[in-house]
Amino acid sequence: MNRFDYVRPASIAEAFAAFQPASHYLAAGTNLVDLMKGGAARPKRLIDITRIPGLDRIEWLADGSVRIGALVRNSDLAYDERFQKSFPSVAEALLSGASPQLRNAATVGGNLMQRTRCPYFYDVASACNRRLPRSGCDAIGGENRLHAILGWSDECIATHPSDLCVPLVALDAVVEVEGPKGARELPLDELHLLPHAAPLRETALTPGELIVAVRLPAQAAAVARHARYLKVRERTSFAFAVVSVAAGLELADGKIRTARIAMGGVAAKPWRSREAEAALVGSPPTAEAFARAAEIALAEAKPSGDNAFKIELARRLVVRALSSALEGTPQAMPALPGSPIASVSGAIHAV
Amino acid sequence: MSLTISLDINGQPLSVPIDDPRTTLLDLLRERLGLTGAKKGCDRGQCGACTVLVDGRRINSCLALALTLDGAQITTIEGLAEGDRLHPVQAAFIAHDGFQCGFCTPGQIMSAVGLIAEARAGADPERVRELMSGNICRCGAYKGITEAVLEAQGVLADTHQEVAA
Repeated sequence: MNRFDYVRPASIAEAFAAFQPASHYLAAGTNLVDLMKGGAARPKRLIDITRIPGLDRIEWLADGSVRIGALVRNSDLAYDERFQKSFPSVAEALLSGASPQLRNAATVGGNLMQRTRCPYFYDVASACNRRLPRSGCDAIGGENRLHAILGWSDECIATHPSDLCVPLVALDAVVEVEGPKGARELPLDELHLLPHAAPLRETALTPGELIVAVRLPAQAAAVARHARYLKVRERTSFAFAVVSVAAGLELADGKIRTARIAMGGVAAKPWRSREAEAALVGSPPTAEAFARAAEIALAEAKPSGDNAFKIELARRLVVRALSSALEGTPQAMPALPGSPIASVSGAIHAV
Repeated sequence: MSLTISLDINGQPLSVPIDDPRTTLLDLLRERLGLTGAKKGCDRGQCGACTVLVDGRRINSCLALALTLDGAQITTIEGLAEGDRLHPVQAAFIAHDGFQCGFCTPGQIMSAVGLIAEARAGADPERVRELMSGNICRCGAYKGITEAVLEAQGVLADTHQEVAA
């Protein structure tokens, strides 16, 4: 790990005052410290924001929306009863991610700001445009069966590994940002940038800007009774998504009134398909309609290497997540959150 | 530049000067304070051998920079037993053969203590396995670990009921 300065501001103003080029804000550090240990991140200064008051609250606003402070820990949000009831697919996504120890530490803001990455990003001996601009991409033509199938370029084929961001983007989450030049907000869908221009820009944030909260609109709870997050992994737990899908349905008179569909593990950002959602609205919730939505969601997909299987896998998981959402949000959080394999708690292994 | 932080470690208040900000909680415990129970397995948050409780919550001490924990209360495996009387989770790991080589065991036990305090698993072995998935056991003692966690959870619940009565 490189040497760095450590500063611990007591307010947002102090944090901005401490910000210099090559500074990083630090919350729990579950991603950043890991990257620093391998040399993939080499900040000159860490600005520890965990002592800034007021950023660790879940607030319900008068209009029914919820404002989640950037320093709320993943496990605290996932197990908040009112939150889980209102936004079950978000809670399920959180609990399908990482391990209990990491969820206890990791923050919501940090989850959004975790790097889009792949094994070549970690390996400082490999070429990686994302780590070192214009150095090339060793993932192209390398081990790439888990890489992107949407929105990738010759610059980079890595994926953003967040589970949390997938249902958040499906539910129109808004990111509140403060910076040295003032406060602003932007849709989460616009936070992560696709790798289309060199040098690669990771997010729409400008230097010094800090995420202070994420908001979900009240309208996002309309799908609460029919919401799932499903995640295909290469092992049962504690693994990134090969492909994941957040699905939500609002039904009225036997027809779909609202549909929400986003995919994880497929691109450098959580990938919402508004086209697939639009195709479902007004239609009865049938297997045929779900299959058509899945076709539309993956229409633009193309393999970036040995990963053509992910396109079909994603199609099937979209259908599966929509079917599962149609059956209804589980009464209790499943024993294996996000697992498309086990749907019955405990008993499934006893038979 | 050296910064001094205050920690409560296993009930003992300590003032610790940190002269290198790269020091993780795990390195502080093992290299400076002689508390070698928490193990450095992967050092990247993937194996769970370094698990300790910070303010009552289980975390990976390898990914936590010591400076960020100023004022925190830390519990390590060394702080569980009362003299010769083992903590119920420790006793249950022995009773159920919850280990073979023992390297991952302090992390497994601290993780189990955290899991029981979180109270999310109930008596469901599948939930216990899922909520212990941040701890890898290379010897594959998972069956005994799951049984030990379930038994210790019962023992601790009974103890609490007796105290309440």
